[in-house]
Amino acid sequence: MARYAIRLTELTKDYPTGFWRPRPVRALDQVSLDVEPGEVLGYLGPNGSGKTTTLKLLMQLIYPTSGRAEILGRPAGDIEAKRRLGYLPELPYFYDNLTAEELLVYFGGLFGLAPAVARTRASTLLDRVGIGAERRRRLRRYSKGMLQRVGIAQALVNDPEVVFLDEPMSGLDPVGRRDTRELIQSLRGEGRTVFFSSHILSDAEALCTRVAIMVKGRLVSTGRLADLAFEVQGWELVVSGGERGDLAGLGLDAVTTTVSDGRHVIELPFDRPPDQVLPELSRLRFQVVSLTPRHESLEDYFMRLVASRQEPAA
Amino acid sequence: MSVIARIAVQVFKESVRDKVLYNLVLFAVLLIAASYLIGQLTAGQDVKIIKDLGLAATQIFGLFIAVFIGIGLVSKEVERRSIYGLLAKPVRRHELILGKYAGLVLTLAVNVSVMAVALYAVLGYMSWVETEEFRQSWDASATDPAMLTAILLIFVQLMLVTAIALFFSTFSSPILSAVLTFGLFVVGHFNADLRNFEGVVDSPVAASLARALYYALPNLAPFDVKAQVVHGHAVPFGYVAATSAYAAAYICALLLAAMLIFSRRDFK
Repeated sequence: MARYAIRLTELTKDYPTGFWRPRPVRALDQVSLDVEPGEVLGYLGPNGSGKTTTLKLLMQLIYPTSGRAEILGRPAGDIEAKRRLGYLPELPYFYDNLTAEELLVYFGGLFGLAPAVARTRASTLLDRVGIGAERRRRLRRYSKGMLQRVGIAQALVNDPEVVFLDEPMSGLDPVGRRDTRELIQSLRGEGRTVFFSSHILSDAEALCTRVAIMVKGRLVSTGRLADLAFEVQGWELVVSGGERGDLAGLGLDAVTTTVSDGRHVIELPFDRPPDQVLPELSRLRFQVVSLTPRHESLEDYFMRLVASRQEPAA
Repeated sequence: MSVIARIAVQVFKESVRDKVLYNLVLFAVLLIAASYLIGQLTAGQDVKIIKDLGLAATQIFGLFIAVFIGIGLVSKEVERRSIYGLLAKPVRRHELILGKYAGLVLTLAVNVSVMAVALYAVLGYMSWVETEEFRQSWDASATDPAMLTAILLIFVQLMLVTAIALFFSTFSSPILSAVLTFGLFVVGHFNADLRNFEGVVDSPVAASLARALYYALPNLAPFDVKAQVVHGHAVPFGYVAATSAYAAAYICALLLAAMLIFSRRDFK
């Protein structure tokens, strides 16, 4: 068994641009990344950061300029590796004249599934992604969100060990996003490796065991969410007792919310650290219930990284 | 079933659902209407005209299917990005090309067969309603089996045109592929003129260029034996075999080139 489910080694891709004198534009720059079996990796970055390019290289839809991409110990594009992976392309599009059921049976057939087995699996998967009676309608009549659900179902038709999802939440309504989140969680529970790209960071926050952050074709950060260097942006201080009016005297009224049972939740900003405020609160007979540092969100972290990579304005 | 066969069946299914075979209804209506009208206008020549018209229509209808579906087989998949999902399955790129080609050839085979049956049915009816004396004046019987030779060569020619369309569609846009394929179809019918070119020009460069083009471009004129068949002249088996072998060689070369281009292509 391969040590890594996915391994990228100095993966680089240049696209030639221009007609008369083509010049290469680097879409992916020496990306090295290992994903262990059973991991759910969020591959994050803004548009144009190289996420889809990486996935296309892994599917061998494009060829690398240099470097290597491996899946389950085999080079990208290897037929045996393809038998064990599932892939949802970004904004998937399939055959207009097929029904969802027929599409899954067709794709199942390409994996060598007997028609009866493929039909049973198609039915189970379409149930799982929430496509009901409309599974017998032709795909040309499907909405974007429904196509996305069919796309997820077709990515699982071969019961894959590794699942690649390119922007799985895009085009989905809130219910669709919740369902997809649950589905990814269940894939994780089944021990599958999931590699999903996204720019919706809250989804990654809820789902990933690890994230890799791409900016301008480079991998700028990778790690478990808990280990990433999140900045403290403030504190959440919960106090009880005392008079709400006294908080106004400390200039904290605007950041205070009084909740039931006489407690006050104070959102301390970064420039009012707790050690400045606590003695005053104690003097005014407030009791501290809890004090929690407020870290920047994944989104803020991500934006900070992007900003630090921006070239200074001319 | 192999991957190639599964893709081929899928192409056929899609063509049927895309209402491609509706052209057969048009063909039948055209044939029946023409036979009725021509029967009113001509004396003794109507069977010949219907044979000619039927075979020409088989070729033209087939040509439109070969070109318009052929150019979309690969380029539409790329343009609409359905190829992303397909190539992530255990499908090798050359299997995709061969499967697509086989699927369209299957569609054409069904199409041409049904047209042949319709043509024979109309001609059989015409023969049945005519007097024996009238039938004696025909060069060949209305349901002359030799027509099958002409139909076979039309089908082989369509296989070649499909390969040309598929070849272009592996690297160019659908519109450009259609223009190039139709262009080659027209040039292919006048290819023999290129051989005579060296006799009428002095420049050895122009003559060599004409000779190179003669060998490189497909020669489609030999596939057209309508006139011989309609006038009851026999088409030797050796001729059919040699023409088919030429088509097979050309098709193999085109498919190999298509597979080579396709296997190296980036799908951005």
